Amino acid sequence: MTNKSTEAMQTSQLRIDLSARETSGATAHPAAVSVTNLNLFYGAARALHDINLSIPEKQVTAFIGPSGCGKSTLLRCFNRLNDLIDICRIEGEILLNGRDIYASDVDVAELRRTVGIVFQKPNPFPKSIYENVAYGLRIQGIKKRRQLDETVEWALKAAALWDEVKNRLNDAAFGLSGGQQQRLIIARAIAVQPEFLLLDEPCSSLDPISTLKVEELITELKSQYTIIMVTHNMQQAARVSDYTAFMHMGELVEFGATDQIFTNPRAKKTEDYITGRYG
Amino acid sequence: MNTAHESGGTDDKVLKRLGKWLANGTPWVWLNAAAVSTSILLVTGLLTLIAARGLVHFRALPVQQIVYQQADGSLITLAGQIREQELVTAERLREAGVEVAEDASMVRRYLLKVGNRDIYGQDFRWVLEPSIISNGRPRSMVVLERQEWGVFIGLLVGLRVAGELTSDPDIWSGFQTSLARADTLREEISALEKHSIGRVNYRLDRLRLKQRGYELDDGISAADLVDGLAGIEAERNLLQAEYAELEVTLLSLYSELQRDALLVQTADGQQREYPMASILDAYRPNQMGIKDGMLHFLSNVWKFVSDDPREANTEGGVFPAIFGTVLMVLLMTVFVTPLGVVAAVYLKEYAHQGVFTRFIRIAVNNLAGVPSIVYGVFGLGFFVYTLGGSIDQLFFKAALPSPTFGTGGLFWASLTLALLTLPVVIVSTEEGLSRIPRSIREGSLALGATQWETLWRTVLPMASPGIMTGLILAVARAAGEVAPLMLVGVVKLAPALPLDGNAPFLHLDRKFMHLGFHIYDVGFQSPNVEAARPLVYATALLLVAVIVLLNLVAIAVRNRLSERYRGLES
Repeated sequence: MTNKSTEAMQTSQLRIDLSARETSGATAHPAAVSVTNLNLFYGAARALHDINLSIPEKQVTAFIGPSGCGKSTLLRCFNRLNDLIDICRIEGEILLNGRDIYASDVDVAELRRTVGIVFQKPNPFPKSIYENVAYGLRIQGIKKRRQLDETVEWALKAAALWDEVKNRLNDAAFGLSGGQQQRLIIARAIAVQPEFLLLDEPCSSLDPISTLKVEELITELKSQYTIIMVTHNMQQAARVSDYTAFMHMGELVEFGATDQIFTNPRAKKTEDYITGRYG
Repeated sequence: MNTAHESGGTDDKVLKRLGKWLANGTPWVWLNAAAVSTSILLVTGLLTLIAARGLVHFRALPVQQIVYQQADGSLITLAGQIREQELVTAERLREAGVEVAEDASMVRRYLLKVGNRDIYGQDFRWVLEPSIISNGRPRSMVVLERQEWGVFIGLLVGLRVAGELTSDPDIWSGFQTSLARADTLREEISALEKHSIGRVNYRLDRLRLKQRGYELDDGISAADLVDGLAGIEAERNLLQAEYAELEVTLLSLYSELQRDALLVQTADGQQREYPMASILDAYRPNQMGIKDGMLHFLSNVWKFVSDDPREANTEGGVFPAIFGTVLMVLLMTVFVTPLGVVAAVYLKEYAHQGVFTRFIRIAVNNLAGVPSIVYGVFGLGFFVYTLGGSIDQLFFKAALPSPTFGTGGLFWASLTLALLTLPVVIVSTEEGLSRIPRSIREGSLALGATQWETLWRTVLPMASPGIMTGLILAVARAAGEVAPLMLVGVVKLAPALPLDGNAPFLHLDRKFMHLGFHIYDVGFQSPNVEAARPLVYATALLLVAVIVLLNLVAIAVRNRLSERYRGLES
């Protein structure tokens, strides 16, 4: 009995050591997000267990893991979207660029502006393509037509959508295909100049060609944004991300450079998952 | 034994087949189909009945000339339009003291509209078929619509133009010219009375109130008071001069109108002379072809919806009632929309979802079930007496003791109905809000919008079809409501429309007419029930049409809105 608990302690010790190593290993990329002892509860149920994590700046970090392991929940902690759920309670600390985002003096709307998010299913507003991209800008009170026009064009170009929609900016966004809609959502997210981009399975409802386009886009965007994405698709994680975190049952099992996770996983669970033994 | 066994087998088979038939759902499909057809049948039946009974009112029915044997054996000539016929048992007639042939068991009788109430005292008469000696439709029979005493049915015998009897044998065409002239004069008079004189009177009344206001004002200095009163006096003199001038014109028009007169004769030979001023319209139904009949029908329908009522609402049109109904419903919409939407948004978006909100929601739902007369009582007690009384004390002191807002009126009526329809709007707005996918709200919040910005820019526009649904239900309920209105501002005859050319144009304090109340009034409070009956049906048909029209407009608006947000459903 005692033996077993010691072993567990040792494992967790090891894990902390590992993540510490990773953080130190990523010195070339300074940490943009650092999570310390994060616990999350839905009522009495604990959804995240003692998460400790440092995510490097201007890199793509992928969260992988079986369904229900808490990837999306963790992602949604970074822009405090979990606040909308009444029964959700959070313990621990999350620093974004050194700032504690759960401190009492944080303006949540301002925080969310700096942390863009793209969901699984595209969620355009029932407005024109132009107005969808300009939405965040209008919220900030920008009214000058020229500034809006320029930013909308820039964001659509950055999202590799400009050439497809430039002649029908005033058409309804619902008229776009799924892949186009998802890129529109990305354009909408980067139009407000965020520092982070959270992608919650951005390609899961897209066809292969659209997926390819979005993946190319992610690779291009990482020079400007710290990108954190949740994915079910391990090939995608391997293709797109620089770092990978593997989660299981609300715990962070392993975090490291993507090459290392996929070729030489340290934890048995990671290996089992990657080789397709479960999940 | 063998046979018994066999029959048991067939029973089993039948039961099995019955069970199968029940299980595959066919009987329920039939049941549903039957229920739907019954509903459709009831609705169409209702509308057809109302339409059939009501539209008779506009038709030019032929005039029958009947030689009729009265109970005492004497003969009488009657002329009239057959409005109804029915079979009565001979016994019933015998009990009533009417002599009926021995062998007859059922007797047909007709309800004849003989008109000429000024001569006969009543304009309807039952005639028994066996007592009709002869029956015909003389082509020269004329029906005159008059300012009072209902219609005249009979013959034209002469025309007096400027006191002289015309020698022209074609009385009808001379009469038509004279009638057209009278019509023009009447229009001029009505324009003069309603607009010019009406405006002068309105301003005079305003001056009176202003003067009273000066007299009541204690804080005013003596010099100011004298100045003010002098100003009022000067203005009043001007207005009275204007009035005198108008009166002269009016009197000359009236004397012009009295120039011609018409000599007529009833079917039983009584002669009368009517001034042209008293005759509104004339037609010869027995000479009308299909085309003339249609034209007459359409012009009657138009008169019905565009004219003012006459003779205690039993004749003429219902325009003020249509106007009042529509205006009241529109005002109600203006009041109920913001209130209901704000309440629903608070309940759904801001309030903590707990026992208290659930309690409020139950209370709101129950409000929808409170009988409407209760709202009327509340409106009278709270809006009219309490609020209206205070408003009068504060702002309309000069008019007291005659109340301005301290009595029923358009404002209080629409406010009462807004209260009545509030639950419907709240419930459908809440439903509209809950239909919006969470991803849309999250998308907006994730872009840095606050909850309020998300609501205002995205959620509310997307919930607008739901809000419109609530308004459609509210309009449907409010337009048909009568009971509460009787307490808070509807009258049987309003002297003026609540909307006119005198500033401030919309007179919220005025009493108004309403189609629903009009039906009640004409049907049950009328001195001439028989004459009013088709009018009741026609007004009911019109009320249904007005409600359908209001609903169609609202539905069109809603469809346009949901078209805009159509992509959501996918």
